[in-house]
Amino acid sequence: MDNTQTFQFFNRGPSPAVRLVFFAVLSLLLLFIDARYRYLESTRSALSVLVSPIQRLATMPGVLWQQAGDFFTTQRRLVEDNQLLHQQHERDAAQLLLLQALQQENQQLRTLLALPQRGELTTQSAEIVYAERDVFKRKILINKGANTNVLIGQVVMDDIGIVGQITRVYPWLSEATLITEKDHAVPVQVLRNGLRTIVFGAGDTSHLSLRYMPVSSDIQNGDLLVTSGIDGIYPPGIPVAKVVKIERDAAYPFARVTCLPVAGVDKHRHLLILSGLPKLPERPAEEPAPPQDMKTKQKK
Amino acid sequence: MPYLAPAHPEIQRPVSTSLIVLSVLFALFLNGLPWEGVWLMLRPDFVAVVMLYWCTHKPLRVGIGLSWAVGILADVADASLFGQHALAYTLLAFGGVMLHHRLKMFDLRQQTTQVFVILALTYAVYVLVHWQVNGYVVWPYFLGCLTSTLLWAPLSIMFQAARRMRVDRDH
Repeated sequence: MDNTQTFQFFNRGPSPAVRLVFFAVLSLLLLFIDARYRYLESTRSALSVLVSPIQRLATMPGVLWQQAGDFFTTQRRLVEDNQLLHQQHERDAAQLLLLQALQQENQQLRTLLALPQRGELTTQSAEIVYAERDVFKRKILINKGANTNVLIGQVVMDDIGIVGQITRVYPWLSEATLITEKDHAVPVQVLRNGLRTIVFGAGDTSHLSLRYMPVSSDIQNGDLLVTSGIDGIYPPGIPVAKVVKIERDAAYPFARVTCLPVAGVDKHRHLLILSGLPKLPERPAEEPAPPQDMKTKQKK
Repeated sequence: MPYLAPAHPEIQRPVSTSLIVLSVLFALFLNGLPWEGVWLMLRPDFVAVVMLYWCTHKPLRVGIGLSWAVGILADVADASLFGQHALAYTLLAFGGVMLHHRLKMFDLRQQTTQVFVILALTYAVYVLVHWQVNGYVVWPYFLGCLTSTLLWAPLSIMFQAARRMRVDRDH
């Protein structure tokens, strides 16, 4: 290593070690600010304007491959698809009529009982630009951003269930975190009996888990979990996951429940972004803290 | 095997800035391709290998500062924390700049082992930051380090050929 410290004829600025320390400290500072305070989102979206042309270009091979595939689909497959879709549509239309009647009825009942109405959901369709580029993360980038009023916290779903939630908005793109991301939580209830719980991502592609379910709780294989709508972020009643495995071990207070997401979390290209959720009233303020301290002191 | 001999016995032509810029942009492009599943695990970090190549071959033009800036761009592209790639690439560039005299004495096979150590450190830093922030480690991520190392020899040969091509054209 000694011969790297050669005599310098010309001034080349600070030595590599000094630069290393400077840039390492700068990176650590940025890391700290970004992880702790999230102040740098505007810088990020400004820089994303530089990077996004490359990202767009990188999606081209995939898009071309898909277009080539579209071009070479056979007539027969198209006809088959068309027939299937027609049948599906007829079945759905019948259900939809029923649903409209039910909706009317529900609305009337709610006015009778003076309950707040369920809000109409507005959706906008979006397309996945690319999916999970990092082994660590379950994130996708979709092609709607601040230009179409996408907001942080909005829910992303496909035609059958919840896929994730918008976590970052760029000028023309937005980033959605999938429900399978580790520790991502969705408040749900069991459709069969209305049991409220929270479903967490397990960090691999295909699993979700229910934590803090008492061993004695009434949950069965095949139970459908739908959003409970309690948090005011997810609209109520949208399918999230299906229970596939329950391990009850008397040694632990909680049962271990594994679920599979209902939606094709890592399958589809086209998604819906839900917006215009009804605003919930503000959460009442917490009790003032000092009296609690008094109580604990008294207990001691 | 002419390429396995110690590199560049002849006087080197200057590398044009456009070659450096284009290679880095192309590496960012390759990193951005829609990799999935197993392929994502095996994906080499093209940007890291390209930056390491330039840091070892042109340490006066591509150094720690530039690597840091490229790391910031990679952070934006990957939606990782600000400074995560930047920190890793800063260390990578430091390793490259410190080793650039030594690497020139070796043939490609010996270079590969040295490069592996630097890349492993880079990956380790990246994982360390992730572990500190999120509290868990994804071990298969280190597979990318192996494939990145394997990329070193073909990449060096390719850049050598590209630079020789420019010389031939000038005659």
